[in-house]
Amino acid sequence: MTTDIEEFKPTTWTGKLRKTAQKELPYEKLLPENQPSYVASWIYVFGVATIAALAMVIASGTILTFRGPSWWHTSSIGHFINSLHYWAVQLFFLFMVVHMWGKFWMAAWRGNRARTWITGVVSFMVSIGAGLTGYLVQTNFDSQWIAFEAKDGINAGGVGSLFNPTDFGQMLMMHVFLLPGAIAILVIVHVIYVRLRGVVPPIDAALVEERIQSIQGADQ
Amino acid sequence: MFMPVAELTGPASYVGWGIFTISIPNLIMVSLLVGLFVLALVLPFPGGKGDETGDQQ
Repeated sequence: MTTDIEEFKPTTWTGKLRKTAQKELPYEKLLPENQPSYVASWIYVFGVATIAALAMVIASGTILTFRGPSWWHTSSIGHFINSLHYWAVQLFFLFMVVHMWGKFWMAAWRGNRARTWITGVVSFMVSIGAGLTGYLVQTNFDSQWIAFEAKDGINAGGVGSLFNPTDFGQMLMMHVFLLPGAIAILVIVHVIYVRLRGVVPPIDAALVEERIQSIQGADQ
Repeated sequence: MFMPVAELTGPASYVGWGIFTISIPNLIMVSLLVGLFVLALVLPFPGGKGDETGDQQ
């Protein structure tokens, strides 16, 4: 298989893309079955927990779009799906913050992983925008209050002509399409970088791995 | 009808020490985050079986 890829001489951009993808990210690297021993720690769980919460956010948000922008106030199933969406968002941010702290204190940009770190940080910032627009489209007094508070902040930031929190249509379109689309793309790119560069080892991992190997060597 | 565990319609209560002030809901969230982070570092991972050679396959 490896020989096939190396011998393959692409003449089109699709062929070149396939060759690069097969070389840099083969299936066993894209969907691995094993991870290094240091990954068996709770701190490594929060990345995938964030993605699981994001999946729930997108699923419940998709259901909320079916019957217009306020139906969830007037039915039991609406209350349920709205609450599911709200609490999935709380978990999404909770897991993402713990994931970020873990990676920050691990200096996760080590070993040519700067792009992994940067895509993660940008995802976090875009998610804050998605969170704000979500609060703005609740269609209740809370969202009105937040809109009229947020407009001052947005205007002070100098981007009031581009983003108007009191424009419900703009906020709704941003919340249900633009920002979730951006987050989805960023998260996919982030995970691809994790697969390309591998999961970041703890700072003292080399020492630990050496010790494990010496114990294994002594046992044999 | 379910009774809310906290008063959800009124303003939040605040606590403060000197110049530092924080609402109780925010304090709960920050404590939860820090608590979860510390637990994730110290709690043993159940049935942790990785590739002990350190190789990612």
